[in-house]
Parts: sequence; structure tokens; C-alpha cells
Amino acid sequence: MQSRIDTFKFDSASSIASQVSKGRVSAMEITEQHLARIKSLNSDLNAFITVSDNLARSQAEKIDKKFKNGETLGPLAGVPIAIKDNIVVRGVETTCASKILKGWTPPYNATVIDKLIEADAVIVGKSNMDEFAMGSSTEHSAFGPTKNPFDLDRVPGGSSGGSAAAVAANLVPIALGSDTGGSIRQPAAFCGVLGLKPTYGFVSRYGLVAFASSLDQIGPFAKTIEDMKLLMTVISGHDSNDSTSLNFETTPVLNPSKTDIKGLRVGIVKEFNEGLTSNIAVSLKNAIEKLQVAGAVIEEVSIPSVKFCLSAYYLIAPAEASSNLARFDGVRYGARENGDNVEQMMIATRTKGFGDEVKRRIMLGTYALSKGYYDAYYKSAQQVRTLVIREFSKVYSSVDILLSPTTPSTAFKIGEKLDDPMEMYLSDIMTIPTNLAGHPAINVPFGSDDSGLPIGLQIMAPALKDGKLLSIANFLLSQEGN
Amino acid sequence: MEEEVYEPVIGLEVHCELKTITKLWCGCKNEFGVEPNTNICPVCLGLPGSLPVLNEQAVKFAAMIGLALNCEVKPSIFHRKNYFYPDMPKDFQISQYDQPINVNGFLKLDKNVTIGVVRAHMEEDTGKTTHIGSSGRIHESSGASIDYNRAGVPLVEIVSAPEIKSAEEAKKYVSELRAILVATNTTDGKMEEGSMRVDANVSVRKIGSIEFGTRTEIKNLNSLRSLVRAIDYEISRQINVIKNGEKVKQETRHWNEDASTTVPLRSKEEADDYRYFPEPDLVEVDLGNDIVRQLKQSLPVMPLERRQRIIELLKNPNEDSAFIVVDLDLDGLLLEVVKQGADAELALKRFSNEFAGYVEEVKALQPERLVELLNLEQTGQLSATQAKAVFAEMLTTKSSPSQISTGLGFGGLEDSELSELLKGIISNCPNEWNRFKDGDGKVQQFFIGQVMKATKGQANGKVVLSLLEAMKNS
Ligand SMILES: [Zn+2]
Repeated sequence: MQSRIDTFKFDSASSIASQVSKGRVSAMEITEQHLARIKSLNSDLNAFITVSDNLARSQAEKIDKKFKNGETLGPLAGVPIAIKDNIVVRGVETTCASKILKGWTPPYNATVIDKLIEADAVIVGKSNMDEFAMGSSTEHSAFGPTKNPFDLDRVPGGSSGGSAAAVAANLVPIALGSDTGGSIRQPAAFCGVLGLKPTYGFVSRYGLVAFASSLDQIGPFAKTIEDMKLLMTVISGHDSNDSTSLNFETTPVLNPSKTDIKGLRVGIVKEFNEGLTSNIAVSLKNAIEKLQVAGAVIEEVSIPSVKFCLSAYYLIAPAEASSNLARFDGVRYGARENGDNVEQMMIATRTKGFGDEVKRRIMLGTYALSKGYYDAYYKSAQQVRTLVIREFSKVYSSVDILLSPTTPSTAFKIGEKLDDPMEMYLSDIMTIPTNLAGHPAINVPFGSDDSGLPIGLQIMAPALKDGKLLSIANFLLSQEGN
Repeated sequence: MEEEVYEPVIGLEVHCELKTITKLWCGCKNEFGVEPNTNICPVCLGLPGSLPVLNEQAVKFAAMIGLALNCEVKPSIFHRKNYFYPDMPKDFQISQYDQPINVNGFLKLDKNVTIGVVRAHMEEDTGKTTHIGSSGRIHESSGASIDYNRAGVPLVEIVSAPEIKSAEEAKKYVSELRAILVATNTTDGKMEEGSMRVDANVSVRKIGSIEFGTRTEIKNLNSLRSLVRAIDYEISRQINVIKNGEKVKQETRHWNEDASTTVPLRSKEEADDYRYFPEPDLVEVDLGNDIVRQLKQSLPVMPLERRQRIIELLKNPNEDSAFIVVDLDLDGLLLEVVKQGADAELALKRFSNEFAGYVEEVKALQPERLVELLNLEQTGQLSATQAKAVFAEMLTTKSSPSQISTGLGFGGLEDSELSELLKGIISNCPNEWNRFKDGDGKVQQFFIGQVMKATKGQANGKVVLSLLEAMKNS
């Protein structure tokens, strides 16, 4: 087992920002240092599809100039950040890890990118992912799999595997991913870092290449709660370019008044306790004990509809994807294959441009929306969704948060599940319900298995309790290994 | 064997582009006839990652159209209509499906005929493809260029009930609808420029039958004339198909203006699954009762009522002239000049003919001046020809009609001069004079014509006639 986890020492985003803001180190020095880290490890990890060194250096130069001019720097001053390759950055190739977008350079910034630049962060590259965010291992990337820094023979999880691996290996202190059914939390669990799927609508989706619009949410990866909070404060908030963006003050959400563990009512979802590996079951038990010791009240709860969630998800997400991915037709941008007429051109482009997993989901989704099948598939899946929301809200009337493992197992071997899509889909069984409900959930690293691979626990909470999740995650982090 | 008689059943789908300042989902300008691909952005190009944000003005315009068509305005949602087409940037169209903004309206064609409006929903327009190559058909051309300026322009599609009974009635429906839309100032209703596009659903059935026949949808109807011709053609084509013992196929047909025929575009069965599902990037649209009420109050008087106001003033109602005057938005001025003493019949005649060519200029004139002109003609002080000449001068000078008239030397012919002239004509044409004296009315025109010729149109026909009558009786 080859590890790349201790190659570089960890420097947090908040300490970098504070040092750069005080002029103790220049943004350029930090940038060069992290570009060098990426250069030395990316051939092993394949965490980045594109390293945006030109953009990074020009941003660093601007930040240093601002400092010299006596201007106050933003909250992420000089902090290197990795951006999942499905979030558009003006002038930097955005591929979504697909051949079909190879060479496409977006002419605009995602809202989160504008906010990061405004906050003086430095974008060092576009991280690897499963093609169009469809997958749980980053193996479905047209540019090869990302390796897990703990064990190069293992997957980092997915679909935001590149971002998780980059943070885990200290190539960057923070990164952005996107989570449709667990695509932030599951790789965070496999790579032993924090990963938050915010409340749906808390972070603008403008500029996130859509996989399943009603489920997609951009979120942060980091190693400390302070860094998570810092990054969330920068990227969250209302955006008039996103009709589904929520409109409210973000600060109270991220700084909840009540953070006490004493009296906290913690629900353990019965349905998630089946089929766990013994190591993971032990970690969960440890966490429960620590919470109890600190005064939390533990209660077993049942959400029966979670057993339908996987099926509902694999109808809704592909259905929306089949429509969202229709635009990749070779007419306007990206790759184009030749054809005798426009229809043949589109068919050839899509046949060659999309990978198998993407095609599988487009077909599934097309079928689910077809005449005569819509009611049986798409509509009933939406009914499951309504049911899940109802059951969650009932449970949240008696508990404040829910605790579960993030994944049923730790990081698996590269290639292990590639030939069995159903087995792969099961990796997301505990993360999917919160996407269907639109609720926030976070992965907290908590212990490791016998092979030294990280174990992740998931904390879930009602909508807009993102800040509360961070506080409780903070408590668990402080207890890890005690 | 008894001849079977068929009747047509026609339903119309009318798309109109809304005159909003910006497009439906983005801040790009909504304008016609600019350089290709200049009014575009990531949103209306459907670039990966872009999201639509609904234009509030478009929603209000759509609601106004609904209200003008007596619809219920309801909270609505958008759906995606999925199909691949290169001029559609996202390869789906955002449209309203089973929860449209306007439902259950009607459109009154006249006192007796009302056509149901099933719905009037919002959707986005597509880009425009120009095929490079001779045939104009996509499969035979060597290439195509696409202009996305029109992509994302707001449209309202107005769907009539299948209650239209003839091509002429379809024309009347479209004319009336166009007039209403223009009156609401939400669209400019230009069929030739494509800002108003009509598709016709046509079927035929045996008279007395309750069941509908199989319908075809006819596209490419770029004018009222092609609408009428295409529907008439399609009705007789379908009747022939049935009489030959065959079945009408449900399909989309293209009206070929040059060949005067409809030809099949594609069979409906093949391409009818649009996989509609609710658009996840948008939220429910609900203007709220207060705004809907305000919009309703802001609606102008509808054309039918405006025409009615004119017709009420007339002894012999003339619907066509009233239609023209309202269509040109000259009816307010017409009512004013009548109120100020002009003869309604004459005023309508002049407004719908001579004045109609100079709408803006006429609107700029003081009503008093028009009243004066119309009165000069009405009382016989000016002939029709003279009045026309005076009118032409009025458009360019500030003088009053009587000043212009004097300046042009009109009204200079005294009755005595005319009498002398007439006497000369009578002595040259004894036969005609005898026929006139015997009561042959047709010869009147002969004498008036002769006088006009001799005076170069300066005489007043009415005066000539009264002189003739006087001479006959003396
Ligand atoms: Zn635009």
C-alpha cells in the first residue's frame, strides 16, 4: 500500500489567509509552493485535470499588488483552491471529465468563482471527477482515475474524487465539489477530510454544469471546521442568476447560537445500520459514546422510505441528466464528429464523446420520461421524494440531527466495482436521502479501518442547519482518536 | 347513392413574440433584424452551467394577453419539451405544459360567433437556421448557419378550441386576435416578419357526426392569404382522401405557397414523445391576485368594442371600414371629429381610405381642421377631388382647409359660370339632354363628367346636379 498522505505538511486556509493578509508571506510564494506540490504529486494522484498555473500566478500577482497598495485583502487572501471540473472558470478549460467537452473554454465565471476571486482566493486548477459527476469512484473520468492518497491502489470516491484527494494530500487546503447523491460526502469519507453538502439553494448553482438540477449542490472540502466556515461564508448566499437560490441572511445560518452538545437530541437511523463493515460499526458506536458522554440524548429512529431512495434517485437524476446533457450535440461547442447530416453528426458526436456510464444514465433517464412510462417511473419517484421529505420532517420533530456512517464501506480497490454498476450505486445509499430532501449533511472523518483507511461519519440536519452541522462536526473532530 | 357532405373542424395555434425589452431568461436585448449572434449570452446560448431566470415583464405581458382573451390567469409552472434540433441551444424548449398561465378564455368574432381559447401559455423561441445549399432542406444542404438572436425570445402560444368552421372564419379569428394583441401593446403581430406565426389543425367529418376526424397540422402560414388557401386546400384534400376510401394520416404538413399544396413534413407518431417534465431550474410563477387585477384594469378597450362605438354612429354599418380605422388606431380621432360635428358616414369613409395612408400625419393634425375639411366636403363647398387635394396640402402646411382651398382656387366657380358652361354642353348634346329630361338617371353622370372635364375637376358635383335639376324644371 503506497501512501501519499504525509508528503506535505498541512497549512490551513485560515492560517494562509491570515499570513498573506499581514504580509508575512506573499500570495505568490504560497501559490508557487502549492503549484510545486501539485506538480510533484499529480502524476501519482491524477487529482487535477487542468492545473491553471497562469491564472493562479496572475491572481497571486494582483493580490500582492493590492497588499502593496495598502488595500485590505479578502477573507481567502492567497489561499490556493481546487475547483471541481464541472464548475466553470472563465478562460480555463472545463471538461466535466468528458471527451465531449474537451477543449471548451467557458466565457464566463460561475457565481462561486466570482465570489472566490472577490475574496482573493487563488484558483490553482480543475480537479478530476467522474464524467459529468456520474459515479462514486472517479474511475468514470475520460482522463483516468484519481488515486486515493491513503492507498494509490484504491479509489478516492466520487464523483468529486479529485477535490477530496487534493485536500487529503495537502495539495490545497480547500476545494469545491458538487454533491448530487453523495458526490462530496462519499469521497470526503474515503479520503478522510471534511465535506459538506449544503442545504439546496444555499450556494448558487449558476456555472455548475448540471447533472441533476433538482439535486445538485456545490459544497466545500477542507480539513478544519474553521476553513469550512470560511469557505462557506464566501460561496453561500442568494444569487439572482439562480432561480432556486434561497434568499435570506447567510451569517446566522453559519454561526448558530446554540452549539452545545448537552441536551442535543441525536437520531440514529435504524435503516442505515444494516450491512456495515465491523470497523465502521465500531466508529459509529465510538462517536455515539462521545456524544453521550458530552450530554447528548441518543434515540434510534426509523425512516422507512430510505429503502426506496436509491431507486427514486436512479430515476430522477438520470431523467434530469438525459435532458441536461442533450445540449452536448456538437453544434455549438466541444467536440464534433463528422456526419452526413446534422442528425448523423449529433449521433456520432454523442456516441464517441460520452463514456459508458453517462450513456447508461441518459438511456435510463430517457426511458423514465417516455410516454407511457412517465407515471410509473418519474412520477412515482417524485412521490417517493415527497414521502422522504415528510418522514424526515417527522423525525426532526423529535431529534435535532441524525448520525450515520457516510458509506457502508471504506475506499475500495480501483476496478473492483467497475463492472457492477448496481454495486457501485450502493456506495451512495446513505447519502442520497438528504439530496432528495434538499437537506444539508456533512462528512466527518472519524477513525480508520484495519488497513488504515479513513472512516467517515455523516451528520444530517433539517434545511438551513448547515452551521449546526459544522459545530457538531467540530465536536466529533475534537474527539477523534481520544 | 346519396352524396356525403363533410364539414371542416379547425383549431388554430398562434405563436406571438412578446415585445419585452429583454429576452425571457436573460438580460439580452429582444430586438429584430440586428447582426446575427450579437444579442447572445451564456444563458440564451444554453452554455453548460447557465441557468434561466424568468423575465417578469414577459409574465405580465402573457397575463395581459390572457386577460384580453377572457382567460383565467393561474399560478403556473414550466416544463421541458425535449427534442434535438440545432437551432435550439439546450436541445429542449422551456414551455408550459399542463399548468399554463392562462386557461379557459374566448374570443368574440362578432355578436354571434365566439371561439373558445383553450389556453395561452408562455414558452421560449428558438434560433434561426439558414441552410447553405440550393434546396433549403436540411438533409440536402451542404451546411447551415444558425443565428441565436431569437433564441430565448418570449413567446405566447394561443390555442383555440376546435370550433372554427371555415377558412374564412379562421382568417377572421386571426385578424381579430391580432387586433387584440396589438391593442394590448404586448406584441406587434407581424405575420410577414414572423413575430406572429399560425399553425392550423384541420380535420373533416361527416355533417352531423360528433366524433372528430383525424387531424393534420399545417405549418408555414406566413400571411392571412396563405392561411385561407392552405386550409381550403387541406379540407378538399382530406375529403378526397376519404372519398377514395383511404384514411387521413395524422401528420404535420408544410404549406407550399408556390405549388399551392400542403406536403407532409413528418409523421406525428414518430416524433411525438417530447418527454415533458417540470423544469427543475425554475420555480412556480404566481403574479398574485393584486397584480392580476391591476393588469386587468390597465387593459385598453378591445377592438371589437371600439368598432362597435363607430358603428353605432352610422346609419349604414360598415364593419370593414371600422376594422381598418381601429386597426390603425385612428378611431379615437374619428370619434372626436364626429363629436365636433363632422358627418360620421363621411368621416369613416375618409378615415378608412384617404387618411389611412397618412396615419402619423393625421394624428398630428388638430381635430378642428379635420372637422372643417369634412364639413366643406359635406356641404358641397368642395368636391371629393378638391377635398383630397386640400387634405394633401394640410399634411404639409399649417393653413386651415378653407385657406388652402382658396389658395388652390377652389370654390372660385360661381353658379352663374357653371350655368353658362352647362348650357353650352346641353346644346352640344341634345340627345343626352332629352334622355335626362325623360328621367334617365344614368345620364346625370355624363353631364357631371363633362363639367368636370371642362373645369379640370374644380366643379362640385352636387352643385352641378342641382343646376341640372333646376334647368330641367324650368
Ligand atoms: Zn442572453
